[in-house]
Amino acid sequence: MDTPVLKKKLGLKERYAAMTRGLAWDTTYQPMDKVFPYDKYEGIKIHDWDKWEDPFRLTMDAYWKYQGEKEKKLYAVIEAFAQNNGQTGVADARYVNALKLFLTGVTPLEYYAYRGFAHVGRQFTGAGARVACQMQSIDELRHYQTETHALSHYNKYFNGLHSPKHMFDRVWYLSVPKSFFEDAYTGGPFEFLTAVSFSFEYVLTNLLFVPFMSGAAHNGDMSTVTFGFSAQSDESRHMTLGIECIKFMLEQDPANVPIVQGWIDKWFWRGYRLLSIVAMMQDYFLPKKVMSWRESWEMYVEENGAALFKDLARYGIRTPKGWVQACEGKNHISHQTFATFYNYNAAAPIHTFVPSAEDMAWLTEKYPETFDKYYRPRWDFWQEQAKQGNRFYQKTLPMLCQTCQIPMLFTEPGDATKIAYRETDYKGDKYHFCSDHCKEIFENEPEKYVQAWLPPQQIYQGHCFKEGVDPTAEGFDPLLAVLDYYNLNFGRDNLDFEGSEDQKNFAAWNGESTEGAQK
Amino acid sequence: MSVKALKPYDFPAKDARENFPAPLLFIGWEDHLMFCAPIALPLPADTPFGAVGPGVLPGTYGYHPDFAKIDWNKVEWLKSGKPWKPDLAKSLADNGLKHKDVIRFRTPGLNGINGSCN
Repeated sequence: MDTPVLKKKLGLKERYAAMTRGLAWDTTYQPMDKVFPYDKYEGIKIHDWDKWEDPFRLTMDAYWKYQGEKEKKLYAVIEAFAQNNGQTGVADARYVNALKLFLTGVTPLEYYAYRGFAHVGRQFTGAGARVACQMQSIDELRHYQTETHALSHYNKYFNGLHSPKHMFDRVWYLSVPKSFFEDAYTGGPFEFLTAVSFSFEYVLTNLLFVPFMSGAAHNGDMSTVTFGFSAQSDESRHMTLGIECIKFMLEQDPANVPIVQGWIDKWFWRGYRLLSIVAMMQDYFLPKKVMSWRESWEMYVEENGAALFKDLARYGIRTPKGWVQACEGKNHISHQTFATFYNYNAAAPIHTFVPSAEDMAWLTEKYPETFDKYYRPRWDFWQEQAKQGNRFYQKTLPMLCQTCQIPMLFTEPGDATKIAYRETDYKGDKYHFCSDHCKEIFENEPEKYVQAWLPPQQIYQGHCFKEGVDPTAEGFDPLLAVLDYYNLNFGRDNLDFEGSEDQKNFAAWNGESTEGAQK
Repeated sequence: MSVKALKPYDFPAKDARENFPAPLLFIGWEDHLMFCAPIALPLPADTPFGAVGPGVLPGTYGYHPDFAKIDWNKVEWLKSGKPWKPDLAKSLADNGLKHKDVIRFRTPGLNGINGSCN
């Protein structure tokens, strides 16, 4: 018999090769460079794409099966949570502010990540990198959907959750996460992976997910915990992609090292600034505390991060430039950020509040060097004023950092009583920054950041009113017009937690359910 | 340094002067961190500088008990972080203030709630 006997089934390894790299080919009608135009202009030199280690080792059929099982479990929990009126069992209605922050500020980033990875999943010349990015792209879309579904239940009972996508493109504080991701996905594919897969997912993601999910668990929100676990198992794959990508670039050519180092410097700082809202959430929004921002920072960044950069030192990579300053910030940024939301709570669809005496005692304990000295005096004053019916709301729009787009709330390194101001001139105009690092990021690519859509500036330019609104009409109220443009219901979605509909409803439900249990 | 791009990369600045009804001025009050960040205000170039403190800022800073105690003749000003002596009688433009300049003021003796810089 001449006919060779064909194996009916491929082995795991062959199957994996066939289903990933085996699907790629070198083009002949058009040169490869023309088909893949984006992966050279950043200056990264790749000599051998076959050296790319595939981090996921998953084929698409296995992926569907695996994710499908996770979805089944997740939706069963979400359904049970809804049927049992799980929203009445959370620690306190103040907790829901953490979810509002997540839904408006984090969930839309999952969608951006999906788009970003879909884009680079087309653009890399190497098939291994393309497949890994495509797989992650689908993960991100799934996260966007499951988070939206899990949190939609809360939208039936609490205010401010009704318009996340609309708000993401308009509301002042959401320009921070939005511009972060737009900066990343308008970079080249290698910068995108360094920004999102490495600096964010690998170095910083634990600071995002662990506080939110353990916060949810401590505060009785099993629905959020479940989607967190469902996403977290993907995050570990994403982190692997981040580290593989960095090592691949560094090993391919020594000329790549300074380029990668520049990106690490930039994106570590951008990510750190973005996480200010997580710091605030962790220290102020959780009625039942898990750990302080400072403790998380020490555990996930100072310990784990230091080990990582020690490992990368053999390639010539050092710790990111903003490292020391970010470590100093662990004592301050949560307090400074929450005070900012307290200032501008008329314009944000969440509820802030003066921390309770018990909460302030916890903050003193966790921040012995800074809370009583720098931050407690303003809370004491605000509390006293609020009791007299004179709750503080700042009505004048803030000055923003041109790069991170956060109001200029951060203080000088070494002096927490002085706001840090930095500025530079570019083509006849002044640009302002919150820090040396944001200034340097601007100066490296000024053409990019002069286009920043800064919310206060956009409001003053008249771009933040609904169509047909006439700002010259008699009795025109610009604040209300802007909130209308945000789809924010004044008096329901915003202002202090004390006296809010969320607070009243939650108290009423709990009264009723206690009564019900007694019957 | 500049952006690396495949094609010419040239886009207008979003916050050019002509996009605003009046030049933008950034103002901060030192040692009063109850106000979380400096503020941004479009102010007509012919506004007398002396009108800024008593005329424009009460809506922003009047909530603070220190504010009513300010003697505007004794206030110390900084422009781009450097000591600066504006002429209160002259306009913003005649004091050399341009679009997106940043000025700060210090009120010696008034350093926030119980001197805590809050």
